[in-house]
Amino acid sequence: MNHWENFSKGFIRENPTFVLVLGMCPTLATTTSAINGLGMGMATTFVLMLSNVAISLIAGSVPDKVRIPAYIVVIAAFVTIVDLLMAAYVNSPGPNGEPSLYDQLGIFIPLIVVNCIVLGRAESFAAKNRALPSLLDGAGIGLGFAFALTLLGAVRELLGNGSVFGLQMLPKTTNILIFVLAPGAFIALGYLIMIVNRLTVKK
Amino acid sequence: MAVTLLVITAISSASLGIVHQLTQTPRDDAALKKQNFAIKAVLGDYDNNPSADAYEIESFDGGDQLTCYPGSKDGELTGVAVKTWTMKGFGGPVRLMAGFDQSGNIIRISVLEQKETPGLGTRMADAEFKDQFNGKNPGANNLSVKKDGGEVDAITAATISSRAFSDAVERAYKSLEKAGKLSHD
Repeated sequence: MNHWENFSKGFIRENPTFVLVLGMCPTLATTTSAINGLGMGMATTFVLMLSNVAISLIAGSVPDKVRIPAYIVVIAAFVTIVDLLMAAYVNSPGPNGEPSLYDQLGIFIPLIVVNCIVLGRAESFAAKNRALPSLLDGAGIGLGFAFALTLLGAVRELLGNGSVFGLQMLPKTTNILIFVLAPGAFIALGYLIMIVNRLTVKK
Repeated sequence: MAVTLLVITAISSASLGIVHQLTQTPRDDAALKKQNFAIKAVLGDYDNNPSADAYEIESFDGGDQLTCYPGSKDGELTGVAVKTWTMKGFGGPVRLMAGFDQSGNIIRISVLEQKETPGLGTRMADAEFKDQFNGKNPGANNLSVKKDGGEVDAITAATISSRAFSDAVERAYKSLEKAGKLSHD
């Protein structure tokens, strides 16, 4: 498998959200708006790339029996670093006192630790490959996840709030409230998976 | 096996310590900026630093203490921003910053933290709801929702969130009064 393949498979063929259907908890919970989806996706991408590289480097010297705790420690360290960085740099309120991105994502940043995509890539890819392919794999899968979350967030924000990335596109009267609530997340995700399958699965 | 784990955890915790140290100042700055932003949004004119003059008062009915940020201009106290809370929210605790003048009239209120239902209870942060409190005095006005005999227009389909908001405002006022921080004339 060449480098481009390692990177690009995460977008459609092995997209964690639309094809593998992994990491559903943050997917459904944080995609109330496009910017939240993008923020969550980028934070996960960062963790995935770093943890993939670190795990590919240590995998050879970690005994099989303790590999899961070892990987979890590595992943948790990177997640905490992301959490600290976000608390420092994306934590200022909006001009009208809207909560900062850090406040909006809240508990879901620390919860990246238990996101099965991260541990899944560590086990299925990083542990068996060298650092560079692992980095590309992490970047590809992470960006695929970010892309899916942003798309889902944009759809939900447009239908539920009439805006995309905070820009008002539709009048407030056409808002369908359910799309910003939890059931709307399931409905929107279901339709998006259907569309992706329709476009990619060959008969 | 144990050695490998020990080495991994040691390296991880060392790097966490370093990042924690490096981001300490920007994190504190961001938290302080957020707090000052909220204070500024609910107080009138002031030229002091309310965060530096902050003090704590007891909640009138027990529970967590409330933090007060007094604002003064030319040495004269002009108002106080109270960081108040309620446990009656629909999705957990709700925290507000409520600004009062010296006789207990509400200046403005802003929402610090809430986990209400998106699109319903979250509208407590909209001007349409929270600005109806401006200028009212919880001692003279009955600031409970109309359903409970008060004069507050509740948010449609979010009466519980509206009640929680009123409860937090009332807690701020009663606690200030109990602590003797209001001057009645």
